[in-house]
Amino acid sequence: MSLYTALVAPFTEFEFMRRALAAIIALSLGGAPIGVFLMLRRMSLVGDAMAHAILPGAAIGFLLSGLNLFAMLTGGLIAGFLVAILAGVVSRSTGLKEDASLATFYLASLALGVSIVSVKGTNIDLLHVLFGNILAMDDQTLLVVACNATITLVVLAVIYRPLVIESVDPLFLRSVSRAGTPAHLVFLALIVINLVSGFQALGTLLAVGLMILPAGIARFWSRDISGMICVAVVSAMLSGYAGLVLSFQTRIPSGPAIILVAAALYIASVLFGRVGGVVRQLFPGRHLEA
Amino acid sequence: MSVQIEFSDVTLGYDRHPAVHHLSGEVAPGALLAVVGPNGAGKSTLFRGLVGILKPLSGSISLGGLDARDIAYLPQTADIDRSFPITVFDFVGTGLWRTTGFFGGIGKPQCERIDKALAAVGLTGFENRVIGTLSGGQLQRLLFARVMLQDARLIVLDEPFNAIDERTSGDLLALVKDWHAEGRTVAAALHDMDLVRAHFPETLLLAREPVAWGATAQVLSAENLLNARRMCEAFDDSAAACVVDPPLRAA
Repeated sequence: MSLYTALVAPFTEFEFMRRALAAIIALSLGGAPIGVFLMLRRMSLVGDAMAHAILPGAAIGFLLSGLNLFAMLTGGLIAGFLVAILAGVVSRSTGLKEDASLATFYLASLALGVSIVSVKGTNIDLLHVLFGNILAMDDQTLLVVACNATITLVVLAVIYRPLVIESVDPLFLRSVSRAGTPAHLVFLALIVINLVSGFQALGTLLAVGLMILPAGIARFWSRDISGMICVAVVSAMLSGYAGLVLSFQTRIPSGPAIILVAAALYIASVLFGRVGGVVRQLFPGRHLEA
Repeated sequence: MSVQIEFSDVTLGYDRHPAVHHLSGEVAPGALLAVVGPNGAGKSTLFRGLVGILKPLSGSISLGGLDARDIAYLPQTADIDRSFPITVFDFVGTGLWRTTGFFGGIGKPQCERIDKALAAVGLTGFENRVIGTLSGGQLQRLLFARVMLQDARLIVLDEPFNAIDERTSGDLLALVKDWHAEGRTVAAALHDMDLVRAHFPETLLLAREPVAWGATAQVLSAENLLNARRMCEAFDDSAAACVVDPPLRAA
């Protein structure tokens, strides 16, 4: 088997692979920068929690119109916003930390979602909801994913400054501007739309993977935030592509394959990363003069 | 003289418990005011009220037309995430928020201002370092540079010289005096009485209630300081609602 048949041919021969690749590129462009902010704001697990919170909405969509992706996406969008806003409001208006209020919401949501799917669907349906299927992208879904990525990039550009300042010195932002809370809520909304995109490709359980893992990888290669965002986007795309190839050539389902590749990249970064990688720390070279 | 800040019978606190109790007084524009008092006297609380982060439980603080962006506030425990990957240059640049806002460009004039501010605090050459690599003193210098860029008419510094060595605090004090000379109003919470006596013309001695407010030499008398120390610090959980106003005015 030549390199061409292994790496390129799947995409030239099969339309579903091309669609999957397009979806992955859109997902990476939108999700990876969000993931970097999630990590820097110490909200990695919050993203995870929110991914699960989307499930009941998607499940209700499934209940109403069967395995119709558009209905499931809409349901997920509504449920995600609801939970994000509720959790945001609860934590900003009470002493409860955001992660604690989200943990409550998401456990309940996951249980509810799985119950709803099980009542009507089969185990296959449940598997589809939990782990997604990027190889079954129809036009509508692909458009939604692309739209979400576009919205994410534009909106992120608008709230970039307040978001960065709020992450590094929240009190300062509060003393010069009122943009902090709106920026945070908008950021939560961006998380939701990216999770909904990822939901179709990777399922509720792994949707957040294409955000968090690239961000973790980026941390080991760049010291400043713009560099991190670039590294994160590139590594997300790379994992997506390699994961698709891997799943095409083996029997591994696409979602887990993508996340596994990302995880492998992550481990390599932990070991060999330029910024604080293990090898760098073990063999730092001779210390400098000043 | 006109009035910049006016406290009218202000009570500030948390969960209805006062931390600053019935404070009245005025600060003239361009004043250089030291706020002193034991730990828990309400200095930080007063500043939080002043910059608008904390709403008064009663009374009011008038800022004579200053809005939030005319105030530069340097909190005591700067809530800074020092692991955040942002360079010294960018961090100081956030001080330009007032003019740049969400989208304003950082052009050549802004870059020059940032460079100048960094030079003024002695951090030239640190531009591309990440803030996590700075020492405590260097971080304080960095925060002063940001205050400089904020170009504010009212500057509020909460214990700016804590855990800072003599040379750094000397440099930073010189900046404070420059600001004073430029006609900005500066209020600083301080613990070093000698420093207050030497450099600050006006002092407010606070111990939840104002003990004395006026010219530094008179305020920092042995009697006043002793009084301040005696005043209790603890919240009383079963305290009754405060009805009668004690005698007002400290200044």
